[in-house]
Amino acid sequence: MPDAQVIQMGDSGRLSPSKAARLVGNTGPQPAPAAVRTPEHALHGDFASLPDSLRAFVEEAWEFVQRRRSGDYAIDEFGFDPDLTEHVFMALVRPLYRSWFRVETSGLENIPAESGALVVANHSGTVAFDSVMTQVALLDDHPAHRHLRMLGANLVFQTPFLGEIARKAGHTLACTPDAERLLERGEIVGVWPEGFKGIGKPFSERYKLQRFGRGGFVAAALRTKTPIVPTAIVGAEEIYPMISNAKTLARLLGLPYFPITPTFPLMGPLGMVPLPSKWYIEFGDPIHTEDYPDGAADDPMLVFNLTDQVREQIQQALYRLLMKRPSVFG
Amino acid sequence: MGRIVLVTGVSRSLGSRIAENLAGDAGVDRVIGVDVVPPIASIPGIDFIRADIRNPVIAKVMGEAKVDTVVHMGVIATPKQAGGRSSMKEINVIGTMQLLAACQRTPSLEGLIVKSTSGVYGCGAKDPAMFTEDMEPKHAPTAGWPKDCSEVEGYVRGFARRRPDVTVSTFRFANFIGSAIDTAMTAYFSLPVIPTVLGFDARLQFVHVDDGLEILRRAVHHRQAGIFNVAGAGALTLSQAIRLTGRPRVALPEFLLTPVGRSLSRAGLLDFSYEQVRFITYGRVLDTSLVERTFEFTPAYTTHSAFEEFLARDEELVDVA
Repeated sequence: MPDAQVIQMGDSGRLSPSKAARLVGNTGPQPAPAAVRTPEHALHGDFASLPDSLRAFVEEAWEFVQRRRSGDYAIDEFGFDPDLTEHVFMALVRPLYRSWFRVETSGLENIPAESGALVVANHSGTVAFDSVMTQVALLDDHPAHRHLRMLGANLVFQTPFLGEIARKAGHTLACTPDAERLLERGEIVGVWPEGFKGIGKPFSERYKLQRFGRGGFVAAALRTKTPIVPTAIVGAEEIYPMISNAKTLARLLGLPYFPITPTFPLMGPLGMVPLPSKWYIEFGDPIHTEDYPDGAADDPMLVFNLTDQVREQIQQALYRLLMKRPSVFG
Repeated sequence: MGRIVLVTGVSRSLGSRIAENLAGDAGVDRVIGVDVVPPIASIPGIDFIRADIRNPVIAKVMGEAKVDTVVHMGVIATPKQAGGRSSMKEINVIGTMQLLAACQRTPSLEGLIVKSTSGVYGCGAKDPAMFTEDMEPKHAPTAGWPKDCSEVEGYVRGFARRRPDVTVSTFRFANFIGSAIDTAMTAYFSLPVIPTVLGFDARLQFVHVDDGLEILRRAVHHRQAGIFNVAGAGALTLSQAIRLTGRPRVALPEFLLTPVGRSLSRAGLLDFSYEQVRFITYGRVLDTSLVERTFEFTPAYTTHSAFEEFLARDEELVDVA
């Protein structure tokens, strides 16, 4: 066991929590401050003997809890709470991303490091895990650790808890003003234009793209002159193979569909565990919009053509990835 | 020659403060304050006229004094202040109609400034993240103060059409906050246990009273026609605001919260209307770029710092105790 290192925990009383949090992020290479034994150290007598990684984790968690309890964090106007998203939401779904679905990404270089882009992807899998996994992919695997700001359906924001979580995770209602505002701010915006038609389609229609909304996303990209990145997600179709749709029940519950899968609702809560399919997310070649003249967004023919081009590119990428994958569970 | 300003609703806190600020300004010759009740403390430098804006005497006063600017602060936010909802509506809507009728008959009038609320946008799940002035409400307010304000704005638009020579500026303020003001929201955040809606966390925006008064003052001096959102930069979630107060929070399902609010209102503890419940469910955020561009005005307080300034009031009280 090496000698006990002095850690900065005792300093937290003198620093603002946010400053302390910043310091915690780079404790490693910094010269250690003079050894001050505070009551906190005394209380945590065994603390110093913990392995470094665990100690850093406990420290960060402690700072996080302090910050949350005192309200000392910032959200943006959309309600996005980066602190909570990075420390809680992403930490909760990361095991799914790494170990359960073993997501492999490609084409991350098509996502700009600083400026805005519109990620357009296929939607599938009964429950929108595909969008969450895309968010993890861009935060963890992109060199600039970009946050994905998705555009969601009305239903998401009307539903208690779901709407609250979606806003805090950075997402907003799919409407033109919000899409354009985010793109103008240089954010990476995610849209799933198939919507419920895509996510709630039967298993027999897997990897067949549905109608692509009304092309509103293309108009938003044209107006803000941001690139469109057609994105193909393979693997999400198999997580909950929907063999039937209980339409009457769905109507009673006010849902767009009510899935019947081989395991759900037959096996109850156990049936809600997604199947561990192997996933691939490919961010395709961007479609640039800056060369179109002003007012191009008001030309419906151009918008339809671009929408078709995006859809076609995603469909081709899906076929290519499907040919490549060895089996569903890889 | 400086401005001759008439301020309505001068006996309430905001009205009296704007009148007092204007009276001290170099570019203002005379400030006439109007209200149905006299102010609690006399306001230095202003001429107070005890009159109902619903009374024709107001037109006579305006004509004789050659008023060139009217600052309409006489729209009341809570029924308690007016002595009941029906008299509140009477004062707000009929009062505004009468005032505008008087304005129309005053040839010397050049500017009309109206204090409205961002409540006219309503609030709900289908709202865009930020409202700009040209957006139609997705969930229009159906009752109470925000509804009164939408009606007031309607009459003001009508007036602007009939008197195109008058510069009309309407300000849609986010909820006022600060250590020197009592509103339904400050009462809410002062409850010993703060009730919220289960499963929702509203995005809130506040504007500090000082910033609100400053923009109204600027509008008197530099006339700019239009409707302007005013709010402190940034936003807070309701849960975050409650954490900043340090008070406990209890989340109730919406169907329980409405009756709780009603009984609190009945007990006289709080004005907690249906609109208020919707506000703490969904909240609302404004795009304030227009007012910043037009008046070159950036509020001194952000939403966060305005809220903390309001909380400082509690700390002072604790110190005294």
